[in-house]
Amino acid sequence: MQLLPAAYVVMPQTLALCLASPMRNSQLIHLSGVDIFLIVTYFVFVIFIGFYARSSANTGEDFFMAGREMTAWIAGLSFVSANLGALELMGWAGSAYQYGILAAHGYWIGAIPAMLFLGLVMMPFYYISKANSVPGYLYLRFGKPTRAFSAVSFAFMTILMSGINMYSMALVMKVVLNWDLNFSIWLSSVVVAIYVALGGLRSAIFNEILQFVLIWAGALLIPILGLIEVGGWKHLMHQIETNLGRTDYTHLWKPLAHFNQNPMGVHWTGIVFGWGFVLAFGYWTTDFLVVQRVLAAKNLRSAQMAPIIGAAFKMMVPLIVILPGLLALSVLPFHLLPESVAIATGGHSYNEVLPLMLVHYCGPALIGLGVTALIAGFMSGMAGNVSAFSTVWTYDIYGAFLNKKASDQHYVAMGRWCTLVGVLVSVGTAYLVQHTASIMDYALQLFSFFVAPLFGTVILGMLWKRATNAGGFWGLMSGTITSISLWAWVAHDPAALRYVALSSAAQGMAENMYRALWAWIVCVTVTIVVSLMTSPRPAAELEGLVLGSTGVQVVDDAARWYQQPIFWAGVVMVAFIALNLALW
Amino acid sequence: MQKKRSIWFFVGLLLAIYGVAICITGLWELKHPLPQPPALVQFHAPVWWGAILAVTGVFAILRSARNSL
Repeated sequence: MQLLPAAYVVMPQTLALCLASPMRNSQLIHLSGVDIFLIVTYFVFVIFIGFYARSSANTGEDFFMAGREMTAWIAGLSFVSANLGALELMGWAGSAYQYGILAAHGYWIGAIPAMLFLGLVMMPFYYISKANSVPGYLYLRFGKPTRAFSAVSFAFMTILMSGINMYSMALVMKVVLNWDLNFSIWLSSVVVAIYVALGGLRSAIFNEILQFVLIWAGALLIPILGLIEVGGWKHLMHQIETNLGRTDYTHLWKPLAHFNQNPMGVHWTGIVFGWGFVLAFGYWTTDFLVVQRVLAAKNLRSAQMAPIIGAAFKMMVPLIVILPGLLALSVLPFHLLPESVAIATGGHSYNEVLPLMLVHYCGPALIGLGVTALIAGFMSGMAGNVSAFSTVWTYDIYGAFLNKKASDQHYVAMGRWCTLVGVLVSVGTAYLVQHTASIMDYALQLFSFFVAPLFGTVILGMLWKRATNAGGFWGLMSGTITSISLWAWVAHDPAALRYVALSSAAQGMAENMYRALWAWIVCVTVTIVVSLMTSPRPAAELEGLVLGSTGVQVVDDAARWYQQPIFWAGVVMVAFIALNLALW
Repeated sequence: MQKKRSIWFFVGLLLAIYGVAICITGLWELKHPLPQPPALVQFHAPVWWGAILAVTGVFAILRSARNSL
């Protein structure tokens, strides 16, 4: 199928040269002197910030929680930036090319309601309990066994995710710049290890802000120039529909009435309940990687506003990720392919759409800025995982079970060493995931194993006084086992997907969503049943931990109406609804 | 006690350096056209995008120069 009539666009000469024979093993980008200057300057800044933050990272509170003195803006931008890693930049741009505008669900229904819920409902419990981590909150609410289980599973997941980030970055650098995989992995690892080990969470947050700004500076030109080239949004939609001969690439909700009416092969119930509810709420409200940034806020109001500010920026990220993927459907004069086909045939894969668009529009200096933005995105994702791993290991595994009575200085030293060890283990996992067919699929599998049931445990812990320690532990355990079992079942017998996703027309993406939904349902059901069979905890022990107990004040009476988090959450929600209706 | 620089100072400094480098490259390209130009080269994106980054960076530096986090 020819995507584009030959006369549709004038192919820029650089892209034409790069892709005259669009072979995967050809180097996409050749860096000029000014490009190298920009990249080197970025690395110098990142390491300098690590040394600069070191003087403020002397106590455990400083190193692991950034002194709990971040403003709402800094915590909010860091909250979004920690997630703006490999999957965001490369994966979703590729998904937009593969699935059309449906990929925007990953940013909107798959993030915004969950982020607002975190700010308005869950943050008071996390913040007032003074827990240092999500497993730390589970210790206060459900006791040691639940903390141990969640801490170990989180540490395991985090290291695997960090490895994915490293491998993704190395892969992109290999394709785009022909850098050696080992060079990229070790260069990024050493830099991240230096700045996180030196400055702890403060250093990670500062660099995430820097990376967030760079990502926008480097990527925003693509949609601006792209929309100029195609003649505006309406022309773009028209061209995609004409070229593909179908309309399901340009609508957000219309094609979701049935599994086989959209390129994702998913039903709207999977999007709303599996992705929008369980996976998104699980990730954005219980994954300590992102929650840690908000816990570093200087007061409760800042902690509540941070996810709301983050949601506002998150809603705009499709501009620099999804839109380039859609523009590629219109302006690239050749097809991109699934990763496995691209490897077999030597063509370009969906995942390369962002660098391809960068080459399409950018010359020297702007290329350097774009490549720096990609590197920044990968490193922020990696640093987020490593700093969260360091905190959970030190507080919830080492300090809770292995060495309970060490000094604060000892724990800080352990955090620094743990950062280095975490990076080394991540390097190992980066080599392991080289054999993974789909990076996105791999990540969603991990989320459905560990995050979906965890969300069930945390939400019941916060909203239901009657939930008991035994209920929390067995619910979390059974949800995790359910998720892994369902994965093993489909891996052993692919036909079983029809039972997991409740339709014979379901495709791969639906499996992750429905597996997460089942894991959550089992977790919640077991938690409720076991709790009702066991003795409730005394109300005095639940103070500040659960809805209805004393010590939790959700509304700040002293603030004016326009300073209230609920007002700004309402503004973001209205914009979210308007976007969905406009692209229905 | 030593006053700490705000993160916005470092963000501004990096943007200013990047903006100047990109803008100068764009101006140089006006006199020395690229042998393999990208799409829409006639819009001279490096010139105005570099200028926007530089101005934003200087603004961030001035705003945050005296502020601590």
